[in-house]
Amino acid sequence: MEILVQTLVSGVLIGGIYALIGIGMTLIMGVMKIINLAHGQLMMVAMYITFVLFEYFGLDPYFSLLVSMPALFLLGIFLQKYLLNPLLKVDSILPENQVLMTVGIGMVLTEIIRFIFRSDYRSVKTAYSATALYIGPISLNFPMVVAFGIALLLTAALFFFLLKTDLGKSVRATAQNADAAMIMGINAHWITVLTYGLGSGLVAAAGTLLLPIYYLFPDIGGPFTLKAFVITMLGGMGSTIGAILGGVVLGVAESLGATYISMALKDAVGLVIFLLVLIFLPGGLKTLTKV
Amino acid sequence: MRINRWVLLGIVLFFLAFPVLVPSDYYRHIFIIALMWVLIGSSWNLLAGFTGQVSFGHAIFFGTGAYTAGLCVTKLGISAWWGILLGGPVSTLVGLFIGWVCFRLRGPYFALATIAVGEIFRLVAIDWRSFTEGMEGILIIQTFRSKLPYYYLGVALAALCMFAIHRVVYSKWGYYFVAIREDQDAAESMGISAFRYKSLSLMISSFFTGLAGAFYMNYMAFIDPHVVFNLHDISIMAILVGIIGGVGTIWGPPVGAFIMVFLQETFRSSFFGLFPRWVSESHVLAFGLLVIFVIRYLANGVIGDWPKIRRLWTREKAYS
Repeated sequence: MEILVQTLVSGVLIGGIYALIGIGMTLIMGVMKIINLAHGQLMMVAMYITFVLFEYFGLDPYFSLLVSMPALFLLGIFLQKYLLNPLLKVDSILPENQVLMTVGIGMVLTEIIRFIFRSDYRSVKTAYSATALYIGPISLNFPMVVAFGIALLLTAALFFFLLKTDLGKSVRATAQNADAAMIMGINAHWITVLTYGLGSGLVAAAGTLLLPIYYLFPDIGGPFTLKAFVITMLGGMGSTIGAILGGVVLGVAESLGATYISMALKDAVGLVIFLLVLIFLPGGLKTLTKV
Repeated sequence: MRINRWVLLGIVLFFLAFPVLVPSDYYRHIFIIALMWVLIGSSWNLLAGFTGQVSFGHAIFFGTGAYTAGLCVTKLGISAWWGILLGGPVSTLVGLFIGWVCFRLRGPYFALATIAVGEIFRLVAIDWRSFTEGMEGILIIQTFRSKLPYYYLGVALAALCMFAIHRVVYSKWGYYFVAIREDQDAAESMGISAFRYKSLSLMISSFFTGLAGAFYMNYMAFIDPHVVFNLHDISIMAILVGIIGGVGTIWGPPVGAFIMVFLQETFRSSFFGLFPRWVSESHVLAFGLLVIFVIRYLANGVIGDWPKIRRLWTREKAYS
């Protein structure tokens, strides 16, 4: 029983970070109707920024959120403005051109990082990396709790932005119907750029928060891109609440899989759930919540 | 694009005569690998370019074909050459099943589902030790020490594949495929069963990819899950071969296969030793930049946008 509770608790905690990854992906998917296959790679870049700030400037990972998020926001804006948006004008047979472009972007990001930092495994060891809080027999990893808290704060801030500000409403309007939004005087082009920036910023936050508990190498992006779309599909495409639910479900499922099935098949658990959702619940958890 | 029959004859003669003209095992090896990619790229293109279903999981079929040949040796105790016969049909069965699962989804979501299935295959192949030998892989003894038999087999398989795909594309099925690519709903309202024809396209595609896998097992004589079920080196590479050569053209993927394999080899050998060692580490970076460039400026690939390239060249010539 204790093992089960412990497993569930760590699943929920990691789920908070997964939710942050998923929200970024779902925003991009909602507004641009494309799957961002460079999502994990963007996160990897943010992790390396955090790593450099810690290693060479001694900056605490949580403070480097203030650097990594704006940096990735700008990178995202650049990618969308100069690489993804121009494709809308290019005539081609395959409609998935933008998706293929994100694959190319992901490859280039990974290889540039590999060029600079080599393929070595790195990690950030802070004073509190190994500390734990105890509630009865259940132990909580301290950095994971902090990460979960910050993830909640960022999600709340995002919801405030989307629901209460004009710009946020424009983003939602573009997601619902880009043409109608344009007729209403919304610059949909600029909204897509902004959304890609926001999505990159959010995944950057996830990467920075994950670094004290995780390790780092250039190929880490791929598996997280997979996780990101598992979360998005699980939650229902374009749904922010769904992405949060999906993140938590994936976190718990992986954690259960690692405890009860096998550590090696942990990643397969998420993918099997993903396929089951595709077959039996194509709209994702969104269809259950009616939000 | 239909090709002039004399040009075709010239290409066939060139490939038949190549090992005689260039008696170097190194170049024969590169050609064998490129011919294998002709099979994979063309079959990916049949599914993606002609039927509009972009697959990110062709490693599934490649790996299945390779493992079929490998398991013939380790489990059945027969020659790996049986894999050439069995690899295609086994992959087709796998393709049929994957189509049943994944064709519920359209467009980008189909692409995602194929990545997921591909990763599941890789993880299972790693974990199911008693059946696949896990990460130790399968090692067999090559039948021939010379490269020539493999080379001519590669030429034969590539020719078979090109012939079959050419026939399919210009048959009624081919037009159905293109109709589904252009507008699935419109195609269905005209009475084309989208599911059936997408499955057919996937089956043909998986057959030839499986054949390429079985050929790889026989030629390289070693496989492990990371080699044959690799997302980057097989699935993504198949896509690159397709888009660089030209999606939705018959002759695009073969051209793309040769471009990609030569590019890979050029970088891997640091431009044949002319450049410093570090260049050899940047071949994936070069691929990435090439993809971005091709998608941005030559969206239909080298063959699809050939008139555009030629115009560029002739205009420059006119000015100079």
